[in-house]
Amino acid sequence: MADEPVIVIGAGPAGTRAAQRLVQAGLRPVVIDENDRQGGQIYRRQPENFHRAPEKLYGTEAAKASSLHTDFDLLRPHIDYRPGTTVWGVSNEGLMTVRGQDVTIVPFSRVIITSGATDRIMPVPGWTTPGAYSLGAAQIALKAQACAIGRKPVFMGTGPLLYLVAWQYLQAGVKPAAVLDTSALSTRMRGLRRMASRARVVANGVRYMANLARAGVRLHAGITPRAIEGSNNQVSGVVWRDSRGKLRHAACDAVGMGYGLRSETQLADLLKCEFIFDPCFTQWRPHVDRNGRTSRPDVYLAGDGVLLRGADAAEAAGQLAACAVLRDGGHVVADTEFTQLHETLTVMNRFGRGLAEAFPWPAHLARALPDDTVVCRCENITAGEIRRAAGELDAPEMNRAKALTRPGMGRCQGRMCGLAAAEILAAARNVPVREVGRLRTAAPVKPLPLNCTVRS
Amino acid sequence: MPALFRRVAEKDRKTIHLFVDGHEIEALEGDTVLVAVLTRTGRLRHNEFDNAPRAGFCLMGACQDCWVWTEDGTQLRACSTTAQPGMRITTTEVPWLTNL
Repeated sequence: MADEPVIVIGAGPAGTRAAQRLVQAGLRPVVIDENDRQGGQIYRRQPENFHRAPEKLYGTEAAKASSLHTDFDLLRPHIDYRPGTTVWGVSNEGLMTVRGQDVTIVPFSRVIITSGATDRIMPVPGWTTPGAYSLGAAQIALKAQACAIGRKPVFMGTGPLLYLVAWQYLQAGVKPAAVLDTSALSTRMRGLRRMASRARVVANGVRYMANLARAGVRLHAGITPRAIEGSNNQVSGVVWRDSRGKLRHAACDAVGMGYGLRSETQLADLLKCEFIFDPCFTQWRPHVDRNGRTSRPDVYLAGDGVLLRGADAAEAAGQLAACAVLRDGGHVVADTEFTQLHETLTVMNRFGRGLAEAFPWPAHLARALPDDTVVCRCENITAGEIRRAAGELDAPEMNRAKALTRPGMGRCQGRMCGLAAAEILAAARNVPVREVGRLRTAAPVKPLPLNCTVRS
Repeated sequence: MPALFRRVAEKDRKTIHLFVDGHEIEALEGDTVLVAVLTRTGRLRHNEFDNAPRAGFCLMGACQDCWVWTEDGTQLRACSTTAQPGMRITTTEVPWLTNL
C-alpha cells in the first residue's frame, strides 16, 4: 500500500507535531481526530462561542497550547483532517473509522498512532455514585465547559494532576474540601532525584500545593481511601485513613479521582504490535524503539498512548515518529534532528520515571478492596467476583477471568477497571501483576451504532 | 434531584431549549448534552444491571457511562455530543427494535 497516505490518529500534542513534520516534507497526511476540535485532552479547546483567554484555560502552559492550536490551524489546507471520527477496527484494507453513522475504511502506507491516555483508576466503595468523576473529567468540565463537578469537591488519588486540578478549581472560585494523596511525603522526596531534571515543572507543582494550603485547602499525604459516601444517589462525603491510620471524613458533593494515567493501546493491539510489561509504569504497553517504531514496519506510536511522559514529551515524540516515517519512506532527514529530539526526550524519560516513583500506583489497595466493591462499572462486577475467578474457577490470567466472571467485558472494554482488576486477580493468586497478563482488545474498540452504513 | 454541575464562567451565551424525558430544559449554546442535563439534575442514565443512576465518569469518550438516547432511538455519548435546540433526549433506553 505504498501509494496510500500516511495516517496520523489523534490531534493532541503528539499528533499535531507529527502531522506538521510530515507536511514540512511535502506529504499530505490524513489526520483522524475523535474530538470535534483539535487539541487533544490537555490542550483541549473550548467551544467556539466561549471567550476565556488561554491563560485562564491552560495556566503556565498557555503559550504552548496556543502555539499547538495556531500551528494546527495553519496546517489545515495541507492535510485531510477528519474530526469527530473514531478509528474502531482494522481490516486488511485499512483502518475502520466511524463518524456518526458512516463507516469508512481508510487505507494507509504507514500510520502514526497518538491515542493518548485516560485516568488510571483504583475503585473504591461508592465510586459509581453520581458526583464521582475521574480527575481528567473534573478538568475537562472546567476547561471545555466552564463547569465545576460540584460546589465542594474532594480530589483523591495521586499524581501531579491532583494538585493542578485542585488549583484550577480554586482559581475558578470553587474551593476543594480536601486533596487526598495516597503518596506519602517521603515517597515523593525519593522521586525528586529524577524529577530535578525539569526544575520548572517541579516548581509549578510546589506552587500549586502552596497556593492551595494558603487558601486553607486541606492537603493530606499518605492516605488510604476507604469509601465515597452518598445520600439520595449523590456523593455526600469521603472516608479515608490518614497516614497515622486514623479514620477521617470530609463532607463534599463531588469527587475527582485518579492515580496517574493509563495508555490507550487498543489500536496498536489490533494491529498486532508486540507488547511488553513496563515495570516503571506497572502496565503493559506496545514495544517501541527510541523513534516510536513498533514491531510492525508500518505502525509508529507517540505520546502518552505508548509512554506516559506528558505533553511536552508528546510534542517531541510526535515529531520524532514523523521523522522515522519519513526516513523509512525514503525521505532525507538529517541525523541532527533525530539527535536533538533524543536529547529532549532523555530528560523527559528521566522526569517521567521520577514522577512514577514519586506518585506510585497504589497496587496494594486492590488486595484490601471489600468483596462487594464494584470494580467493572459497566456490568457491576465486584472484587469478590474477580477473586472467585482467581480461586474457585482457577483463572490464571485476565482473559480467562473475563471469560468466567466478566470483568472488562462491558462496553468500556476494561478501560476503567482493567488495571485494577489485574491487581485484584494477581493479589488473589499471589503472583506479580505481569503474570496475569492484559486484556486482549476486540473490535469495535468503541461501541458502534447498529444502523451504520459502510461508505467506500 | 439537585443539579450536579455548577457553571463557573461563560454564562452569557445564548440560551437554547431541549427536552429531557419530555420536560423542557434551558441550556446554553455550546453545552454538551451532559452539561445541559447535569446543570439541571443529578443523573444521565441508569445502569443496566442494578438500575442505579449514573452521571458519566470520564468525560472523554472512554468510559461509555454517559449514554443517553434521542426519542427516535439514536444513542448518544452525552459527554461528546453538543446539545442542539429542540433535541429530545431520554435517560432510559429505547428498545433496540425501534432503533433500526
